[in-house]
Amino acid sequence: MKIHEYQAKELFASYGVATQEGYVAYTKEEAVECAKKLGVEAYVVKAQAHCGGRGKAGGVKLARTLAEVEAAADKIIGMRLINKQTGAEGKLVRKVLVTGAVNIKKEFYLSLAIDNETASIVIIASGAGGTEIEEIAATKPELIIKQPVSPINGLRDYQARYVAAKIGIEGANVKEFTVMLKNMYKLFVEKDCSLVEINPLVLTDEGKLLAIDGKVNFDDNALFRHPDIVALRDPDEENPKECEAAKHDLNYVSLDGTIGCMVNGAGLAMATMDIIHAFGGEPANFLDVGGTATTERVTAAFKLLSDKNVKAILVNIFGGIVKCDVIAEGIVIAAKEVGLSVPLVVRLDGTNVEKGKSILKESGLKIYACDDLRSAAKKAVEFVH
Amino acid sequence: MSILINKDTKLIVQGITGGQGQFHTAQMIEYGTKVVAGVTPGKGGMEVLGVPVFNTVKEAKEATGANTSVIYVPAPFAADGILEAVDAELDLVVCITEGIPVLDMMRVKNYMVGKKTRLIGPNCPGLISPGECKVGILPARIHKKGHIGVVSRSGTLTYEAVDQLTKNGLGQSTAVGIGGDPIKGTGFIDVLEMFKNDPETYAVVMIGEIGGSGEEDAAEWIQKNMKNKPVAAFITGRTAPAGKRMGHAGAIISGGKGTAAGKVAMLESCGVKVAPTPDRIGETLIEAIKEAGIYDKCLIK
Repeated sequence: MKIHEYQAKELFASYGVATQEGYVAYTKEEAVECAKKLGVEAYVVKAQAHCGGRGKAGGVKLARTLAEVEAAADKIIGMRLINKQTGAEGKLVRKVLVTGAVNIKKEFYLSLAIDNETASIVIIASGAGGTEIEEIAATKPELIIKQPVSPINGLRDYQARYVAAKIGIEGANVKEFTVMLKNMYKLFVEKDCSLVEINPLVLTDEGKLLAIDGKVNFDDNALFRHPDIVALRDPDEENPKECEAAKHDLNYVSLDGTIGCMVNGAGLAMATMDIIHAFGGEPANFLDVGGTATTERVTAAFKLLSDKNVKAILVNIFGGIVKCDVIAEGIVIAAKEVGLSVPLVVRLDGTNVEKGKSILKESGLKIYACDDLRSAAKKAVEFVH
Repeated sequence: MSILINKDTKLIVQGITGGQGQFHTAQMIEYGTKVVAGVTPGKGGMEVLGVPVFNTVKEAKEATGANTSVIYVPAPFAADGILEAVDAELDLVVCITEGIPVLDMMRVKNYMVGKKTRLIGPNCPGLISPGECKVGILPARIHKKGHIGVVSRSGTLTYEAVDQLTKNGLGQSTAVGIGGDPIKGTGFIDVLEMFKNDPETYAVVMIGEIGGSGEEDAAEWIQKNMKNKPVAAFITGRTAPAGKRMGHAGAIISGGKGTAAGKVAMLESCGVKVAPTPDRIGETLIEAIKEAGIYDKCLIK
């Protein structure tokens, strides 16, 4: 789960990670009020949306006067941020964060993430902050420090000092950095984060370390024990179909193609997308109905597939232990309820497969039953061409 | 022969009184697996499907001589279940549970270093040595005893692969689902090494997916160590967009790493035949074993 920069900074503040004062505004008038509260000489107005690269996309503006704050907010609120991460459609900006501008002496990159190889949280840091870390990794990998932290010992002071030395933090700032990093680690562990990132972390002209941007992502699997984090969810930022899918425990990802897919199991769902593509079609989605596909879930899944872009639907269920007749009944009920308007190709395999097929046949619906993955995928692609 | 489990495996079911636990216990018993005990805290003394239930894994092991356990408990309690099995010094623990928090698995993985127990999973379908023993949720009917080892990160895609093998007259020595989570107990190389050392396994099918570097590492290992046994592979997720988690927590392309194209290229450069589409996994293995001159030897008699 993702949250906004301003929410990340609120978490930073509550964990003793030094950051700036800032306020959120939904209109240009509110932005001016926010700026007045800050009592600073120059301001930064930043788009709040769940995507990176906001600066380059024109979503961050410097303002020297209240009039400039108003103008900047007017421009940013309602704009669409468009970059590699957002796709051509872009991301609508609904609010801005207004903070004070800072005189920067030096910029750093600092984050905590999960390293699957060592099964530990890893500190990633660089003295070359400000730009995208992927860019540094590609061009100057030697400038990135990685320090794994043992989950048994936790983050120790010496590790923080080592990282500080490597990225060029000196003198009194070393202690400041150690406290900051340990507090970030505490946040990571206590809130089941998957990423805590500060980019850039800056050393100000006044000699203080400050997080002037913040990104915190959470492990979806751990949200059950963090109702406070779930409350930070911004439904405006999420794909409405993906939200609806999550309510029914369905794994769904929207894609650009024309063949709607419904599959049991993530691996088989990806494989189904692959074979559609190999035969010259494009999947409209990834959809895993899970190992125990009930009538209720199959119906919910069908509703997700009913989209103007979808020209054919391919259902691929390798029943395994799940009974095919139960699945077939679910499909028929769902198709009737939703009002099936496009060709439906079904590949069913598993226990009671013959019974399942006759249920589909007798339903009176336009269902094309196939025996294997290859013929089913071919059939579905035929319908969209 | 087979790997990890066989007719002598004595199994504990952790979470035996739950819906999933009971259903799959019945299926495993029907297949011939020796389910000797169940564990559900607070329900010790009960019997489920004729299997005695204990409060703790340790008691269950001491009373029955069990060496393996399978975990069906819900995600919030699953890490605890694994740790309990490790502390009871079982040889093998298979965790079916999906959705365990990453930080929980991180602690489990670190605690297990140097311990006796091997973990398969979590978020996996389990494993089966056809004709001998099944531990997990795999559909028994599609499997046949034979000489092909199967190792996979996915559940239903494993069934697809096994089904293609069986329909082509190729049985399996053991099929192992290692699970779709990024932090897991057993990786590809661990299983490949066991297949390498198993005299009844003649060839291996490996099913990978996008995310992580397990397939790339396995490719290098295969080139160095599997000269005697052909390996055929399939990688799913060629059409998956970057930055989107495709169901499995581990199946995500990030920072340009873990793409299907990269994995396929690496496997092919290491001499592994890779199926171009998921319907051709069986055919690809057949090509590999024909080239190695062991096709007839692999066929079910």
